[in-house]
Amino acid sequence: MRNEWICGEYLTSRRTELLDALALHAQITVISLVVAALVSVPLALVARRWRWLESVVLGASTIIYTVPSLALFSLLLPFTGLSPTTVIVGLVLYSLTILVRALVTGLAAVPDQVVEAAQGMGYGPTRLLWQVRFPLALPSIMAGVRVAAVSTVALTTVGAVVGYGGLGDLIYAGLRSLFKPQVLTASVLCVVLALVVDLLLLGIQRLATPWRRGRPA
Amino acid sequence: MSWFTDLVAWLGNGSNWTGDAGALALLRQHVLLSVVSLLVAALIVVPLGLWLGHIGKGGVVALNIGNVGRAVPTFAILVLLTLAPSPFGNSQLTVVTSLVLFAIPPILTNTYVGVREVDGAAVDAARGMGMSGWQVLRGVELPLAAPFIVQGLRLGGVQVVATATIAALVGAGGLGRLITQGFSRQDQPMLLAGAVLVGALALVVEALFELLERAVAPAGAPGRRARSGSTPTGATVAVGASD
Repeated sequence: MRNEWICGEYLTSRRTELLDALALHAQITVISLVVAALVSVPLALVARRWRWLESVVLGASTIIYTVPSLALFSLLLPFTGLSPTTVIVGLVLYSLTILVRALVTGLAAVPDQVVEAAQGMGYGPTRLLWQVRFPLALPSIMAGVRVAAVSTVALTTVGAVVGYGGLGDLIYAGLRSLFKPQVLTASVLCVVLALVVDLLLLGIQRLATPWRRGRPA
Repeated sequence: MSWFTDLVAWLGNGSNWTGDAGALALLRQHVLLSVVSLLVAALIVVPLGLWLGHIGKGGVVALNIGNVGRAVPTFAILVLLTLAPSPFGNSQLTVVTSLVLFAIPPILTNTYVGVREVDGAAVDAARGMGMSGWQVLRGVELPLAAPFIVQGLRLGGVQVVATATIAALVGAGGLGRLITQGFSRQDQPMLLAGAVLVGALALVVEALFELLERAVAPAGAPGRRARSGSTPTGATVAVGASD
């Protein structure tokens, strides 16, 4: 095997290794995003309900964003050990900062007339939230989800410092052994995974907001 | 809270700050790497974004560079360039190039959107007053888009400061060194100190750009009358130009 950037032999002989790393990468990303999405909804609702909490939540998210991923993963290590959980907890925290913001601004941008009309028609608070506010805020929420998803796929690579970076592990190992094809292949797969995830989310957004079809996303 | 007292003790110990690998030297490297990267990115991308916004084309390109840019892991670029032949390889250029590529998307997207968000009436008025395309860009679109551009620089700046830490993974300098060394030596206070210093630096950058954002905000609402003394052909007549 020669140490060229592109090497067909590497692709065929290390196929399983590459696919395993890709699968782990996708798994870490998806779990992180789902957990972040589930946590962000109550956080955003609480922030909207009590105004003083909004600045607390948004301020905390700004501070989290300034903590370098390398440090966050290393700092979580004593608590969660050398496990995928370490990476996932870190990624959830970063995604939260994006998702909570998108939810808060998206829900705030729903026109008052629509809300008043729904209230006039007898919608209670819960129905109002799920059937009026949420669907109307969906485009801006989904924009946030896409940013969070793509960033998470990229950031997962840094998980290599604790040994669970998916494709990042291959990149890091390739750096140590100076093995070029491994670094390039893993990097390209990582970008492709991010773009596929982005396209999938765009598709979901289109399906979920049929009234906006024909307009640019 | 023993970790806190340990951290304070680490930060209070002068010997941790001095020397070639001391926190002060690493902080200086970190600031230098971040400032140079942000500056280079801004010099390339702000004019490009302004021009694309001005001609009203390339929006898809500008916005998609933002999306694709986010999809490319900085860590991957860093390692790829480290393995590339000189002038890359194990050099400052490798780190700066990776960080520049990382800073480009938010700045480009914000600059482009900023120019497109300028009130069309203001642009029409400027053209009606006989301003050339260049004068419209310089005197109307740039000042009105300035808050957006600064916001893009702020986003990019904070991200660059936080991300510059991973340069330590390929053996380059900066505060990331404290984190990787603290990690490998099991020196928790050192690791924490690295994280806290990077976070503090990022917050300083955030605060500085917040001030800048206020300074460049157009003083009046769009449509505000130009101040007396300005001439129709002067570049500063701009509606809402900063005071």
